[in-house]
Amino acid sequence: MISVKNLHKSFGDLQVLRGINYQVDKGQKIVIVGPSGSGKSTFLRCLNLLEVPTEGEVWFEDIQVNGKKTDINKVRRNMGMVFQHFNLFNNLTIMDNITLAPTSLKLQTKEEAKENALALLRRVNLEEKADSYPAQLSGGQKQRIAIVRSLAMNPKVMLFDEPTSALDPEMVGEVLDVMKELAESGMTMIVVTHEMGFAREVASKVLFMDEGQILEENTPDLFFTVPKNPRLQDFLSKVL
Amino acid sequence: MHSLTLLATRSIGERFYDAFIKADRWKLYLEGLGVTIQITIFAALLGVIIGMVLAFMKLSRRKNGKHSIFSLIATAYVDIIRGTPSVLQLMIMYFVILTSVNSGVLVAIISFGINSGAYVCEIIRAGILAVDSGQMEAGRSLGLSQATTMRKIIIPQAIKNVLPPLGNEFIVLMKETAIVGYVALADITRVAQQIGSRTFDYFPPLIIAAAVYFVIIKILSVLLGVLERRLRKSDLR
Ligand SMILES: Nc1ncnc2c1ncn2[C@@H]1O[C@H](COP(=O)(O)OP(=O)(O)O)[C@@H](O)[C@H]1O
Ligand SMILES: [Mg+2]
Repeated sequence: MISVKNLHKSFGDLQVLRGINYQVDKGQKIVIVGPSGSGKSTFLRCLNLLEVPTEGEVWFEDIQVNGKKTDINKVRRNMGMVFQHFNLFNNLTIMDNITLAPTSLKLQTKEEAKENALALLRRVNLEEKADSYPAQLSGGQKQRIAIVRSLAMNPKVMLFDEPTSALDPEMVGEVLDVMKELAESGMTMIVVTHEMGFAREVASKVLFMDEGQILEENTPDLFFTVPKNPRLQDFLSKVL
Repeated sequence: MHSLTLLATRSIGERFYDAFIKADRWKLYLEGLGVTIQITIFAALLGVIIGMVLAFMKLSRRKNGKHSIFSLIATAYVDIIRGTPSVLQLMIMYFVILTSVNSGVLVAIISFGINSGAYVCEIIRAGILAVDSGQMEAGRSLGLSQATTMRKIIIPQAIKNVLPPLGNEFIVLMKETAIVGYVALADITRVAQQIGSRTFDYFPPLIIAAAVYFVIIKILSVLLGVLERRLRKSDLR
């Protein structure tokens, strides 16, 4: 579904991604872990072209995401993204946050979008917040809405960039629960996180990134019990 | 000598009477105030239009992220306007460029509009840049175009940032128009000066003019304060 070939990304002289090759199949849940600054966010952002790769190819189904003639806005409709800092639209109500993209892109009528939004809000138990503004919500509520806002586009894959890192500890669970439920529903997911429990429980594959490369890839069992790369062993000894 | 002896023998009340009531002089202040307000309002409107265009020019980028030609033009415009005295800009407009325009007031409006546009440009640019970059990224990640995200998300938030400093710019502009006397326009400052020269007593008319500016600007700043508090409140909602 997504394939990445020889992906490089530099910011000026700083080489952040140094040749990444990877393939994600439909329905897989890929969890990426690694030390801060290793290029995890940059990798994720290259997938939907929020960052433009300096070299290599990113493919989504049969479209080259970083192809010259690609209509990136069309590709992005199919790739939801959830950010560390939620990035809800501050000037819009929760309802409008959710319905803005599907209605402005004329994918749904106003009524359809609204109905769809209410159903999604019910799914995350935030129906009563439809008319609130983002500033009135807690961090955990904001992130659940951010997930729902992406889901309203009926994406084929969801990208999560440390979705719980900005949350107070007591709110982490409610967001992870939504993500687990989403995983069970069969969604293809790529998740950057420090939540090792989530990785163990949900991941089809766990990747270890360091210094812009994927140093290890394995099923969660083996990833955590018999890590091979010394840097992964070192990393796990610090976080577990 | 004659005027000095006169002054010394007259009470302050009589002096203000001469400067304001006598010969219906208050009408002159009123006319002068009309000129001041007319120039301020229309120059402010022109300034906002020019400033908006400049701000978007200045923020425009080429595909590779470098400044576009529009951005460079807008930057040069702002540099030149901010780097020269507005009284000289006014004189250049009046005596050199717009000599064929008959209405001095119109020349002043254009000159101050062009001047204010540079400052408004910076205000609007800062207001847009102050909106968290995550807002644009979220919009784009949903498949919205840059233009749509700008229109529906960034600009509504930028307007809130921009209104208070724009109000401030209006106040600055109003005071700045006091230089139109240099090109023979009878705004309230110029009127006060003329009355002073007629009565040989500058103190009362200049104080009257200053008081008029002060009262108007005080009212405007109070209104601006109310607006700012409202905007802040709606941020929390
Ligand atoms: N827009 C950018 N401009 C310059 N450097 C950047 C930019 N984004 C990220 N970087 C740098 O790239 C490196 C990797 O960043 P990131 O992908 O955010 O790492 P991670 O998400 O693993 O913590 C860091 O050194 C960071 O400072
Ligand atoms: Mg990161």
